[in-house]
Amino acid sequence: MRIEVKKESCTGCRLCEQICTICHYKEINPKKAAIAIEPHFPEPGIFEPKICVQCGICAKECPIDAIHLEGEAYVLHADECTNCGICVEACPFGVLYTHADVPTPLKCDLCLKCTEVCNTGALIVVD
Amino acid sequence: MDGFGGTTLRINLSTEEIERTPTDPEFARSWLGARGFVSKILYDEVPRDADPLGVDNLFIVTTGVLTGSFCPVGSKVGFGCISPATNGHADSSMGGHLGPELRYAGYDLIVMEGIAAGPTYLYIDDDTIELRPAGDYWGMGSLELEKRMKKDLGDDFQIATIGPSGENGIVFSCITHDFGRQAGRCGVGAVMGSKKLKAIAVRGTKSLPVHDLDSMYKLTYDIIQRTKTHPNMAPWQKYGTAFFVGWSNERGCFPTKNFQETYHKDWEKIDGERLVEDCLVSDKACFGCWMNCGKYTRARIPGKPDTYQEGPEYETIALVGGSCAFTDINHVAYANHLLDDIGMDTMSGGSTVAFAMECYQRGIITKDDLEGHELRWGNIDDFEHFVRMIAARRGIGDIFARGTKGAAEALGRGTIDFASQAKGMEFSGYDTRWYPAQLLSYCTCDIGAHHSKSWTITTDIELGRDTIEGKAEVVIYLQHIRPLFDTWSCCRLFWGELDVTPEEHVDSIKHLTGWDVTLEECMRVSERVWNLNRAHFIERNGGPGRKFDVAPARHLDEPIPGGPAEGKVVGRENFEAMLDDYYANRGWDEDGNPTREILDDLGIGYAADNLEKLGFLGKPIPGGIPKVRGRELKPKAM
Repeated sequence: MRIEVKKESCTGCRLCEQICTICHYKEINPKKAAIAIEPHFPEPGIFEPKICVQCGICAKECPIDAIHLEGEAYVLHADECTNCGICVEACPFGVLYTHADVPTPLKCDLCLKCTEVCNTGALIVVD
Repeated sequence: MDGFGGTTLRINLSTEEIERTPTDPEFARSWLGARGFVSKILYDEVPRDADPLGVDNLFIVTTGVLTGSFCPVGSKVGFGCISPATNGHADSSMGGHLGPELRYAGYDLIVMEGIAAGPTYLYIDDDTIELRPAGDYWGMGSLELEKRMKKDLGDDFQIATIGPSGENGIVFSCITHDFGRQAGRCGVGAVMGSKKLKAIAVRGTKSLPVHDLDSMYKLTYDIIQRTKTHPNMAPWQKYGTAFFVGWSNERGCFPTKNFQETYHKDWEKIDGERLVEDCLVSDKACFGCWMNCGKYTRARIPGKPDTYQEGPEYETIALVGGSCAFTDINHVAYANHLLDDIGMDTMSGGSTVAFAMECYQRGIITKDDLEGHELRWGNIDDFEHFVRMIAARRGIGDIFARGTKGAAEALGRGTIDFASQAKGMEFSGYDTRWYPAQLLSYCTCDIGAHHSKSWTITTDIELGRDTIEGKAEVVIYLQHIRPLFDTWSCCRLFWGELDVTPEEHVDSIKHLTGWDVTLEECMRVSERVWNLNRAHFIERNGGPGRKFDVAPARHLDEPIPGGPAEGKVVGRENFEAMLDDYYANRGWDEDGNPTREILDDLGIGYAADNLEKLGFLGKPIPGGIPKVRGRELKPKAM
């Protein structure tokens, strides 16, 4: 199971960012989300949701094995993470985010909440 | 303070002093946000003789209580000032992402005074606030500048800009953000330009404090799931407001050729379906919105460069497309881009060009006035040339830069009769001659003619389009409920189109702030704002109030020449009778002046004192003011 992005369907509403931080940090703060919407305006005029594809490269690169495969998601364990930043550098998709107030990288754990609120089919769950 | 960014900024552009104070909880609760904040601050602080484009006017950027929260949908930011179009209270809002970003940077309200020494932009990056030189940006188009500033500062900054129109004080200049969202009305862009403020750039990375996040989450999550299958969701997602072009035409209220007609025979060439099929690039939403009514489009016209723009939306299609008699959606979209980039409200801008086209049709202006060009109905080249004349205030463009009322006053020759405006602001995209409550709404509106404060087309249909009975009370209700969304700073469409109840919005406020607030309390704030704005308008312009609630002669006397509403007209007697009914139901006297009793009742007795000094306090009403002002029409009329 993973989240597939259909960027042509994204409207840039960032509801996914909002719900991500509500569910993970009990805060409303889109800048702390593990998903980001990249706008490409004025041309070509599309949005591009950028979210972890669960490739596992970050887990392989983590020097202290703080990112574990749990079910189908690579989950970053905040209590183990030293915030060395190696995973952020290693991510080939640029989808491990950071925020000055959060002591670890922000990584999608496949909770799927973003797919529940997306109303345009831009984020869909596929097996 | 839960629910708020927490900080109010005061910026003196002349001295470059920046003052940060905690947002006052009592002020916040009493006025709720955006439109409410603007109303109170303008009333208290702007000298009554201040020139709207002068040093003494204020320029306010404001969020409302729901901005940036998880609700349906807190995307809005408001702008306030004394309007150069009406010389009264102005509040104009827009969606997008700027308002939430301000909240995440920690700010609820920014009040700017004075005038900068030179072109300036306001830079906010969380706690860093700077007034930066904008000499390199001055003269640039709104859209062009946003692209440039995103490049200079980064895509994660939210940016609002003005175009050359705002720099040059055209009274219907707008503020643009997110490549196509506008605070269009009231000329807020002209006031921003008069302050030499070219742009605002904001980045915020903080969290919005929430009183009860679990409850807020559950409420909104459930609303999202419930509304996904609402029957209005699919057409709104597909066409946005452009869906209503056919609807209005079928009902004989689509402005055509400067409101000479109300049915555009070629409407199918400029409607939502044509827009989506011919021009759509992508669907676009404001922050946190799952209805995505924004349509990002590309206009293609042989011989002209392709343009990218958000829209046109219904109002633009009506007032540019219909009123200027275009018959190709690409031309309407191109005109939309032109006005957006140059920084003009597409509503008043479209209407002003349409008014000029009628002047040309009648021979009141000629090629000699137009630098040798023509100004023909539906001609995009003529349209573009004339818009550029206005923006640069070249020749006769300088006259039309004052809007239809100002232009008509300068032109004379009876042109005021076909200037579709109230208090100096142009009508929205609905003709009123078969819709008397809409005419009353425009002419009594506190910011000048604008449907956002009261839209009654469905009310008129429900109560009967040929009668005026019972209309005034419903208009009053709508003038309280609809602006409440501008006060809360959230989108009205979830109420209007998807049946999210006002009570659910109030629940959002409760969960967000912890206030024990009710809809009744909020409606009272809205009524307080309406009355304060009325008093303010009279104090600035002299009274009695009734002399400003004036309808254009066309909408009173000139029967509609054809189409579904053929022969319809409101008539002067009916209009005056509606005004009488309206004033009585508001607790104002027959001259349209608020009484002490109503102002005291709403907790703004100080406005009664001021009106009394000027001789324009309403005479006491025998039997007192109505206990309840306004009547909600059920089932809902939005």
